[in-house]
Amino acid sequence: MNEKQIMLGNEAIARGAYEAGVKLSSAYPGTPSTEISEYLAKYEEVYTEWAPNEKVATEVAIGASVSGVRSLACMKHVGLNVASDPLYTFAYTGVGGGCVIVVADDPGLASSQNEQDTRMVARSAHVPVLEPSDSQEAKDFLKLGYEISEKYDTPVILRTTTKLAHSQSAVTLCERTEVADKEYERNVTKYVMMPSSAIGRHKVVEERENRLAVDAAALPCNKMELCDKRIGFITAGIAYQYVKEVLPNASVLKFGMTHPISKALVEEFCKNVETVYIFEELEPVIEEQIRAWGFDVKGKELFTKQGEYSANLLRRVLYGKDEAVFEKADVPARPPILCPGCPHRSVFSVLKKLKIHASGDIGCYTLGAVAPLGVIDTTVCMGASLSALHGMEKGRGKEFIKNWVAVIGDSTFLHTGINSLIGMVYNKSTATVMILDNRTTGMTGHQDHAATGKTLKGEDTYAIDLAALCRAVGVPRVFEVDAFDTKELERVIRESVTGDTLTVIITKAPCVLLKGQKFASKCRVVSDACRACGACLRIGCPAITKDADGRMRIDATMCNGCGLCKDQCKFGAIETVVNE
Amino acid sequence: MMTKNIMIVGVGGQGTLLTSRIIGRAALAAGLDVKISEVHGMAQRGGSVVTFVRFGESVSEPVVEEGQADVVIAFERLEALRYAHFLKKDGVLVVNDCRIDPMTVVTGAREYPENILDGLSDAHTVYAVDGRAVALALKNSKVLNSVVLGFAARHIGFDEALWLDTVEKTVPPKTVAINREAFLRGYALSTKENEK
Repeated sequence: MNEKQIMLGNEAIARGAYEAGVKLSSAYPGTPSTEISEYLAKYEEVYTEWAPNEKVATEVAIGASVSGVRSLACMKHVGLNVASDPLYTFAYTGVGGGCVIVVADDPGLASSQNEQDTRMVARSAHVPVLEPSDSQEAKDFLKLGYEISEKYDTPVILRTTTKLAHSQSAVTLCERTEVADKEYERNVTKYVMMPSSAIGRHKVVEERENRLAVDAAALPCNKMELCDKRIGFITAGIAYQYVKEVLPNASVLKFGMTHPISKALVEEFCKNVETVYIFEELEPVIEEQIRAWGFDVKGKELFTKQGEYSANLLRRVLYGKDEAVFEKADVPARPPILCPGCPHRSVFSVLKKLKIHASGDIGCYTLGAVAPLGVIDTTVCMGASLSALHGMEKGRGKEFIKNWVAVIGDSTFLHTGINSLIGMVYNKSTATVMILDNRTTGMTGHQDHAATGKTLKGEDTYAIDLAALCRAVGVPRVFEVDAFDTKELERVIRESVTGDTLTVIITKAPCVLLKGQKFASKCRVVSDACRACGACLRIGCPAITKDADGRMRIDATMCNGCGLCKDQCKFGAIETVVNE
Repeated sequence: MMTKNIMIVGVGGQGTLLTSRIIGRAALAAGLDVKISEVHGMAQRGGSVVTFVRFGESVSEPVVEEGQADVVIAFERLEALRYAHFLKKDGVLVVNDCRIDPMTVVTGAREYPENILDGLSDAHTVYAVDGRAVALALKNSKVLNSVVLGFAARHIGFDEALWLDTVEKTVPPKTVAINREAFLRGYALSTKENEK
């Protein structure tokens, strides 16, 4: 089998896991890592699952590894923060069967709350990092990761970035190699990290990293291309492609393993090349190491720590100009918005009407922060909406939060929101928490979770009852309300925020984009009745626009018939028509 | 051959991702090296969506940058204006002539610019098609992307047979016939007369 296919970076990683004989993968969705699990789930030979969060996913992979099989965990960069607790100590225990953790960074913030560099975490955890620069390397490096993991008894991080994860290039497919399960042996000094064992393992970790740094000179993923010796680049990942684009004849030292890096290779490169630039996205991880060794290189004084790199960025630094010919026009922005028929819009329209502030969380509903809805005041990380509101109450007193709620999605609630809720119950919170239950992980493109009743493999399973869960941890008052029943929502929210009882309001309506969602009707403006007041525009539905005469128009191909606009119209100018 | 740079821009939900995949597969079928890149922002729908296809003997970076696009295919007028500066000096702009107001216009914060295509044709070679009308004539608004692709195909390269073969292999099996027809209608419209 030497078939060539064009593959997404994430699809190639899944293929690599399949070919490497991986038996188990656990993950929590997060852009730009989500598709890895979705592609991998299609291979019958590999057990794949969605974990409630990245810490759990990593621990599941650790367990599989200890039991003797090759395992995988996948997440985005901020997911690694959640998983850092097991990661740091997994570096001490080392592996049984090989284990690779794929972490997808998001330079340029296509869909994230910060721009952190996973290599910094890996360096402090003493875990080696591999960085591919195209889909073929994504597959090859993942497989190499298992060899390194088993040879050096260490977890390995495969670090990708948005451009790598979400671009497609040709990949040559290979057969799957079945790897025999390792014989399980009880080994307390290796796998039980109490102080007496960990003292010994810390030594092992350091020796391992030093050995790997020496052996890195011969690793096939590190590549030296000595061409024009006047100018050279030390680079890694997708940044390598920009160097090749601008200066195909420059000398290049491309690190496939960016932690630890090989000093011998740097020495040889710098000896041969007159001017050496270090071209790496985000933090100066390679650069700091090389400068610490005393080499004369150019780096972050020229190239930014922020955002994605590009060939034009490199051209601007080297030549003072890029290839642009035309001026960029001043054009109205087109920010992402909640979809027509999105249940979050209905909830936010009520909060806006009641002039309520929301402590926000991570999901599509973060868009509730922007105009025209503008109800969310804070967004930090998964689960923070509840705990931050709790902090406000305890900091400023319960009167301060009488016009506040926390809003969190169903998947995010199960990720880490539940811990915060337990803290609120325990510490006598009087807050109002709204779980916007749309029956899916919407933001990342519809992944199932523990309350949807389906596994990643598509099998039926137990669906956690969110209301019962909240009651079980001791929440005294739990409401379940149809997200589109704005009257009832208004009543329940008023009652909850003004009271002194911790309340959870679960608003229910499936994501409008979920497969199989059908709408019986559409909304239409009755032109004669429309007074052009613009009330319907204030819910920020993209299907509603203003005509030249100032009257409203609803795009029939976009409208999903939720009827929220109809609720806003005092003149009865919006009618519902049955779908043909 | 020189690497050819195609950029496809539109609004989430218009089918631009599938369009880039068809172009990429056509290039692969023609025996070329290909890279495709998708840039999608936070939400599923409504935001500005950009994809790039680059093909040639050997392709390094997966994105097309300012000043490099041979062809920009814009599925909406405002998006054409937003990304026209990615064109090369003699690049071609293919526009699906429709207007979708962004939220900044709906809320009244900004005005939707007037006469976008006339303005763009001062500096660029612009071809425009009302893809929606063609799709509606076929009674299927979802084939808009095949109409626009057909209309843009001559500027990208490859012969008609390769295009049709790739469209048929890439679109969902049940929609092959209608997408083929949509592509052909767009293709037939792409003559000199449509230059703005």
